[in-house]
Amino acid sequence: MIVKVKVNGAERSADVEPRVLLVDFLRSNLRLTGTHVGCDTSSCGACTVLLDGEPVKSCTMLAVQAEGQSITTVEGLAAGGAMSPIQAGFHEEHGLQCGFCTPGMMLVGTALLDRNPNPSVDEIRWAISGNICRCTGYMNIVKAIQYAAETKRAAATAPTAQPVAAGGGQ
Amino acid sequence: MFPAAFDYRVPATLAEAVDILHERGDDAKVMAGGQSLIPLLKLRFAQPALVVDIGRLPNLSGIRRQDGHLTLGALTRHVEVERSAELKAACPILPEAAHWIADPLVRNRGTVGGSICHADPSGDWGSVMLALGADFVAHSKSGERVIHAADFFQGPFTTALRADEVLIEIRIPLGSGRSGGAYTKLERKVGDFATVAVAVQVELDGGKVAKAGIGLTSVGEKNLKAAAAEKALVGHEPTDEVIAEAARQAAAAAEPKEDIRGSVEFKKDIVRVFVQRGLKTAVARAKEGKA
Repeated sequence: MIVKVKVNGAERSADVEPRVLLVDFLRSNLRLTGTHVGCDTSSCGACTVLLDGEPVKSCTMLAVQAEGQSITTVEGLAAGGAMSPIQAGFHEEHGLQCGFCTPGMMLVGTALLDRNPNPSVDEIRWAISGNICRCTGYMNIVKAIQYAAETKRAAATAPTAQPVAAGGGQ
Repeated sequence: MFPAAFDYRVPATLAEAVDILHERGDDAKVMAGGQSLIPLLKLRFAQPALVVDIGRLPNLSGIRRQDGHLTLGALTRHVEVERSAELKAACPILPEAAHWIADPLVRNRGTVGGSICHADPSGDWGSVMLALGADFVAHSKSGERVIHAADFFQGPFTTALRADEVLIEIRIPLGSGRSGGAYTKLERKVGDFATVAVAVQVELDGGKVAKAGIGLTSVGEKNLKAAAAEKALVGHEPTDEVIAEAARQAAAAAEPKEDIRGSVEFKKDIVRVFVQRGLKTAVARAKEGKA
């Protein structure tokens, strides 16, 4: 069955069996291997992608369910090669060690800041509560998202454009 | 992991969906958000010949208030309930329970109707709907019928829904007097199934409990309605003693199994404590005039 989706702003289509999971479609058909398979049982969030801007687990979704929708993977975060505020935050605050959970964490953080530009620590922790990190203890991940929130707020109020990609995505 | 092969249909209308189920209901599984079904398909606990994806049928989503009822379209996602300011004021137990379901990513996809039809004894919505005395509207080729929550859940993953029916709407009666509810859940970590969770809803009239609903999660073969505990409240002032007695009755009605999350005694005692706490919160909310 033909599935057509927009991935990181580009129209993509492929002929897939209905049973093909979205994560396998992204990794195998589209070769976008930044979306990871961790637990494969809907527990860890390593496979997080944004579906029409909201984070979902691509291991618990069929590719055909995404028909006609817009998907952002970690590969879509850096606009024109410039790191998005979230990526800059993870870089500056050392928000990763092994990096396995990082794509999911950054996508969840991106969606959070789109909805809530000024989240509290509790709101950040709640937003990432479906994503498991086994390295950092979450402290620096929270700081990274705070850093991104501050950067975005500064960019929004600055008189001239800042050297970061606004908004991420696309 | 990936599912065994299945045929896949995406009906454009509800009429088309029930036509398909009329023909092939026995071999089919209906999928809404897929957050319960897809893990089962991947583990191959479920191997339906056909998956009928109703996830994007029009007009089956959203929260409305009409004729003294709240209605939730079956495809309303958990996250919509969680974030609804209207529900926070009109029926706070609903967003409170939604907040505890799985994790934020699952709540972005999973639907209230799908979760109810999945009928996991550890599911949260079943207990909430039992406490609220909700009605479920089932649609099939032969028309609509209403199934009361208390008659809907029949056993683990088993409901009164026929293979040719689709759940389309949940109707929740809004009390005429002062009412309030609460959902209290113990889980080891975000995303884990409840060790124990308790839904309570009370309606007060002249300082006495006019109506009471108590639903229990993860302590039986299905979401349990604690009928004796409800009875112990109705007609009485909700004093500490009356609440303590209702909590004891609810604990007696619980039928938990010992597992990695705790012993039978522990879980029963959590039921007692949570019913007590939930009732106190619910009564306070009812007195504040929250629905």
